[in-house]
Amino acid sequence: MSQNPFSLWVYLSQSPLLWLTVTLLTYAVADAVSLATHRHPLANPVLHSMWIIGAFLLLTGTSYTTYFGGAQFVHFLLGPATVALAVPLYENRRVVMAAILPMLAALAVGSVTAVASVVLLAEAFGLPRGVVLSLTPKSVTAGVAMGISESLHADPSLTAVAVVLTGILGAITVTPLMNRIGITDFRARGFAVGIAAHGIGTARAFQVDAVAGVFAGIAMSLNALVTSLLVPLAVTLLVR
Amino acid sequence: MIASLSLILLCQLAGEVFVRGLGLPMPGPVVGLALLLLLLLARDRFDILAVGPLQGGGVENASRGLLAHLSLLFVPAGVGVVQQLGLIAQYGVAIAAVLAISVVVTLLATVATFLVASRLLARGGGEP
Repeated sequence: MSQNPFSLWVYLSQSPLLWLTVTLLTYAVADAVSLATHRHPLANPVLHSMWIIGAFLLLTGTSYTTYFGGAQFVHFLLGPATVALAVPLYENRRVVMAAILPMLAALAVGSVTAVASVVLLAEAFGLPRGVVLSLTPKSVTAGVAMGISESLHADPSLTAVAVVLTGILGAITVTPLMNRIGITDFRARGFAVGIAAHGIGTARAFQVDAVAGVFAGIAMSLNALVTSLLVPLAVTLLVR
Repeated sequence: MIASLSLILLCQLAGEVFVRGLGLPMPGPVVGLALLLLLLLARDRFDILAVGPLQGGGVENASRGLLAHLSLLFVPAGVGVVQQLGLIAQYGVAIAAVLAISVVVTLLATVATFLVASRLLARGGGEP
């Protein structure tokens, strides 16, 4: 038994167990709230998990490195989850093959828009070069974006944050935006959110419609491929 | 379950080896995705491949399990925001505005292209 509660805290706060539990528990609660609000866009579980855990770390004076010691087990699964996207793609191959040309056109326009718009806007807002570079790959899934950021000698941890914020913004805006402009084709809606907002957008699309989810997943994986080739080019052409 | 997870990891591993080995500027897991897709398609053609996780919906179920809570996997990276508080105090508003405008522009450009292209094809190609 510990002599005082503080030494128990010192022990637990350094172990992966506590931070893995905090991550899963916070997400489980945030997801239950999201379900209770009938998946309201603003009840996005990633958004709320992020600030709750962030505030908890700041209040307890825990470093992100210590937190990541536990949370890395969740973070690691981003790679296998990308591979797992092969399954919805396989199961919906007929729907996908029927829409292959619109998809390729939308992929080309969407991925160029995602990269070019962020570089041009960031420069227009007068952000420093390091920040502009770190924001550039923000529309692709975290693991890939961090890799691109590293190869640009930017800040991968800032990129990761930009990626998650982009995903949340996309997941929040897509449903009201598409409803407002009257888009009823769930293939197009899903594909757009997959390009603009990667896995978080894809998770949102799966909540709204299964076909939208599949198209979002395809868009996300194709965009990861295209953007990793596109970003070095965009940086040479657009960044001062 | 274990065999299915192993197959998924094996595809990712093969993807990483392929990409790093050839020095290609693409993400390993995306190559892993393509590999798993090819395996699933090949299984339908060649019965000899329908073994272990590739039969009875093994790898399919494991993948669905992984994808069911895809957004959870982004939480650890998102919490990294606590490391960037200084930068956010300085540029937070500009960064948020840039990301928000860029997301909306990208959503609109992509959805418009998809719809225009599918309408043009439907008109040109007759029967879908």
